[in-house]
Amino acid sequence: MHILAFLLRRSVQAVIVMFVISLIGFSIQDNLGDPLRELVGQSVSEEERDLMREEMGLNDPFFVQYFRFLGNAVQGDLGTSYFFKRPALDVIMDKFPATFELVLGAVFIFLSLSIPAGIYCAIHRDSWITRFIMSASIVGISVPVFLTAIGMVWLFGVELGWLPAFGRGDTVELPWGWETGLLTWEGLSHLILPSVTLSSIMLPLFIRLIRAEMMETMSTDYVRFAKAKGLSTSRVRYVHAFRNTLLPVVTVGGLMIGTLIAYTILTETVFQWPGMGFLFLEAVNRVDTPLIIAYIIVVGLIFVVVNTLVDFLYTLINPMVKLPGAKS
Amino acid sequence: MAMLEIEDLHVAFPKGKKAEVEALRGVSLKLEKGERLGVVGESGAGKSMLAFSILNLIAEPGRVSQGSVAFHGENLLELSERDIRGIRGNRISMIFQDPMVTLNPVLTIGTQMVETLKAHRKISDAAARKLCIAKLKEVAIPSAESRLGAYPHELSGGLRQRVVIAIALLTDPELIIADEPTTALDVTIQAEIMALILKLCREKDVALILITHDLGIVAEVTERIMIMYAGLCVETGPTQQIIQAPHHPYSAGLLKALPQFAGRGTRLYQIPGSMPPITALPPGCAYHPRCERATELCKAQVPPLEHGHACFHPIDQTEAAS
Repeated sequence: MHILAFLLRRSVQAVIVMFVISLIGFSIQDNLGDPLRELVGQSVSEEERDLMREEMGLNDPFFVQYFRFLGNAVQGDLGTSYFFKRPALDVIMDKFPATFELVLGAVFIFLSLSIPAGIYCAIHRDSWITRFIMSASIVGISVPVFLTAIGMVWLFGVELGWLPAFGRGDTVELPWGWETGLLTWEGLSHLILPSVTLSSIMLPLFIRLIRAEMMETMSTDYVRFAKAKGLSTSRVRYVHAFRNTLLPVVTVGGLMIGTLIAYTILTETVFQWPGMGFLFLEAVNRVDTPLIIAYIIVVGLIFVVVNTLVDFLYTLINPMVKLPGAKS
Repeated sequence: MAMLEIEDLHVAFPKGKKAEVEALRGVSLKLEKGERLGVVGESGAGKSMLAFSILNLIAEPGRVSQGSVAFHGENLLELSERDIRGIRGNRISMIFQDPMVTLNPVLTIGTQMVETLKAHRKISDAAARKLCIAKLKEVAIPSAESRLGAYPHELSGGLRQRVVIAIALLTDPELIIADEPTTALDVTIQAEIMALILKLCREKDVALILITHDLGIVAEVTERIMIMYAGLCVETGPTQQIIQAPHHPYSAGLLKALPQFAGRGTRLYQIPGSMPPITALPPGCAYHPRCERATELCKAQVPPLEHGHACFHPIDQTEAAS
């Protein structure tokens, strides 16, 4: 029952957020240059251009255009891409699996490395391994992602030639039309460099976050009491300390997913990864306004959904947080 | 042989790169089976340090730099991590100061009780839960069965401290170390909790080390007192004897400061000054800057603990009577 109340409440909030995103997204269209110039060549006369503007509704007042857009958007029509001459949403959804798998790979890499590394650094504070990881993480935080990407391409793609650094390789189409690169060795090998690059933004941050939180929980009274009860070291560390460490980590992690999506634009561009981010950059270069707006709205929706999921997950691991609307 | 015998215990913390400061500067005590000892002193006197060093639980970077803690003749400080775990929470239990932060917020009461039993006994889940319910009833927690599934935040401070006491009693320990068990509680339930601890210790013949700054509680609960000041024991002896006739000026000052001893309408007595931090101890007797009986001798030498007090100029009872 209270899960339904929670979902209802969050849906209302999501609608408001999406409304604001659509307004901001739509309002940039006037500032991106003249779409007519991209659509038609030099040979079309000024009169014909005016006529086309009138037909496309580009001369209407802003709010008339906006509400027309909004009316179509709630029916799933985010406009037609000028370049692809197809519905913008369809164009984006074709590219969604590639981006999703890239993010999935990055999340898998940084979670499976940052948790053990963070715990290790919290427990062995003064070992030389800890000092090395801590220093390396400072470097990692400071290096911009495009530099990491280019470095990866140069080292593993060009110099050593171990891994492909271009595109997605062969994909397999799943029954519901999802193009996956996770099922073939070739697809996976193409995924390694881009997802390592993308995870390199999060990894040092998460190691430091998990270490700091773990050190804090290790010095709490309840961990000391757990030791005084005679529990084994591993139970004290992983059941008593680490579960409490997870709370802030999940919160920050949820927010970071957004950053991760933002960085897919850079990563996908360097690796020519055929995902949404790469598509978005192309759309910007072509002033493909409907596609740009559709991208902003789809990414906004992903943000809202992920944050709702994170809040839900948080209530599962923290008994002190009740879902809003739950009976106490 | 006494059950617990602490000999010349020193606890040191690093200060800077090379130097160390001592939080405990050589404390000795003996405790017989079923005996109740009160350890009294101001904050920072080293009381909690003493409590935690018994189970070798001093928080890093502190360490026991000297001395021994013999439990039935076995030095706990020399046991392996595995062996000391068999003592912690099993034969010697602890009750912490603040029940609001002693229990893990993300685990149920049941989990936190059962895991203690499972760490020390081969016992089935069902039997463990049954025993936990029995202990919760012993500490007078209403509807004990339903509390096992509750999280700590669903219980009041008083109830949480009862849960902590129940956990301490789960394995029928020989000694309970209670570190200011009522300080963080409402005044109205302090007496209840203290009475509960006293009753359970008496019934089960469990020895108690009660750490507190409240002489009033010590007078009611314990048989012997140890008064600590700046990492040293300054006076020790039977509770009634010390309360009626303290020898050390510090003990006398603490007693005089109790509201019970102040006349109606008069100002409460206060010991002048405050205890020096362990990083800046004066030479000689650490109490001399606050002591009205101090002489040049007190500034030069640390008085040894003799006849139950560490003072060059103890209060003579004939003098005190006049």
